Amino acid sequence: MTRILAWAIFLLGCLYFVLPLWGMTEFSLRMRRGEYSLDAYASILANAEFQRTFAFSVTMALVTIVVGVLIVVPTAFWVRLRMPGLRPLIEFLTLLPLVIPAIVIVFGYIRLYNTSSWLPLTGTAMGTNILLAMGYTVLALPYMYRAVDTALRSIDVTTLTEAAQSLGAGWGTILWRIILPNVLAGVLSGAFLTFAIVVGEFTMAALLDRPAFGPFMQRLGQDRAYEPVALAVIAFAITWACMGLISLVTRTQKHLRAAS
Amino acid sequence: MHPFKTDRTMAAISDSLRLRASRWKAGAGMARWLGVLPFFVFVILFLILPTLYIVVGAFRQTGGGWTFDNILNLRQQSIINAYWVSIKVSFWSALLGCVIGFAMAASVVLWGVDRRLRNPLLTFSGVASNFAGVPLAFAFIATLGPAGLITLYLRTEFGINLRAWGWNLLSSKGLIVTYLFFQIPLMILIITPALDGLRREWREAAAVLGASSLQYWRMVALPILFPSILGCMALLFANAFGAVATAIALTGPALNIAPILLYAQIRGDVLGNPNLGYALALGMIVITAAANSLYIWLRARSERWLK
Repeated sequence: MTRILAWAIFLLGCLYFVLPLWGMTEFSLRMRRGEYSLDAYASILANAEFQRTFAFSVTMALVTIVVGVLIVVPTAFWVRLRMPGLRPLIEFLTLLPLVIPAIVIVFGYIRLYNTSSWLPLTGTAMGTNILLAMGYTVLALPYMYRAVDTALRSIDVTTLTEAAQSLGAGWGTILWRIILPNVLAGVLSGAFLTFAIVVGEFTMAALLDRPAFGPFMQRLGQDRAYEPVALAVIAFAITWACMGLISLVTRTQKHLRAAS
Repeated sequence: MHPFKTDRTMAAISDSLRLRASRWKAGAGMARWLGVLPFFVFVILFLILPTLYIVVGAFRQTGGGWTFDNILNLRQQSIINAYWVSIKVSFWSALLGCVIGFAMAASVVLWGVDRRLRNPLLTFSGVASNFAGVPLAFAFIATLGPAGLITLYLRTEFGINLRAWGWNLLSSKGLIVTYLFFQIPLMILIITPALDGLRREWREAAAVLGASSLQYWRMVALPILFPSILGCMALLFANAFGAVATAIALTGPALNIAPILLYAQIRGDVLGNPNLGYALALGMIVITAAANSLYIWLRARSERWLK
């Protein structure tokens, strides 16, 4: 009895998730009258603005990942090794981006770094790009830090560091050749999640007026019917791919651990 | 060697080692702060200062000087309405997300749906909870919008006109239904570990004492899970409250909710007073911060039982 009820609940829940996914896929195929076709996809892939904005957002995502790794890995390593007392503060700070809405953070950027301020980042396109990358790094901070810190927890940081030091390694070598390879699974998980968040991000990019993929999707949604839905299917596929890669990385890591 | 002497020597060696270790640490005293400097510079420049700028701005007058007027001016009808609609949408999407997410997680973990579905469910939840923003809005427009799959299907096959039944995707009700697409998976992701923590022994102990399944849930399981569930609800609330992109892509500037009002204010000072804009943003921080603090506090409480 409970079992039948449980199945009913579960299947109804699944229905809620399947219908919009099916709905958007079906809708994206309906561009040609009377038959299914990939016209919407062909039209979107040939769209020059799509190519430009998508390339821009992918570049942004990659820059964000690099900046995020450069900030998070040394910090998490150093805190574990030398300043464990700072852990609560750092954890609190990395959680703040979940508390302060992105729209408020970018609002602050626009006012704080405007053309008449001490650091006029929004004055130039490059400066605004940098500001956007920093904003994305802030958004990714909670995920990146958690992923790396969890990975660090499973290795003996102190012993590895002392062993490397006694062999004459400097800090750069330790981070690059000892710590990074050991926390690679965490870094990659954080990186893929960052990619999924950044590629379609709307609020920051729109308010900083950057030619990114998110605002492009929104504009397209206002004057086209089928192409935006095709984009939604593509975006869903990207999210899927990123999550798939995360679980692949975690599983491979576990296998390697078990084998060694 | 005399054992006593050995002890003394050992003590001396360990003392000198400890001294050297502490000097090694002390010698790095100021230098060790260099290791965390980049992080703090980054966080201060791109997280703390921008937020403080908004918070301080909310208490500043246009000509300079401190004031509470901006906060008091939030009592305008349009702003109160925006906050109220936002709170309602966030509350209902959080409540429904909690209930449905809990039921789906429990049906797999506890109530006998094939346990092999557990991992696919969690993986899918990971994807769906991150499938938000503009594409999510498009997916729902294609499904429940005026020309959407379900809308058309119901009209042609059953003669049901959703519009006549009061359904409108571009409304706060539509927003709630859309937000559920990332709220339910988030709930599933957070509550599943808590459900795993419910021990079989508790259930058996209750059964031995003659409790029915309903009594077990009412008197054992739910009281243990309650802080977790309430905490999740707070987190889901904050999650919906800060969402901007889905709302804008779904309804455009038409729907008057706090994040959309703030978006319009940042783009073009629609309130006609920059400092009032800061106050509006401050209000959003206060609400999401309150919800998140509640979540963190309740999670700490729930960890007493669920380990």
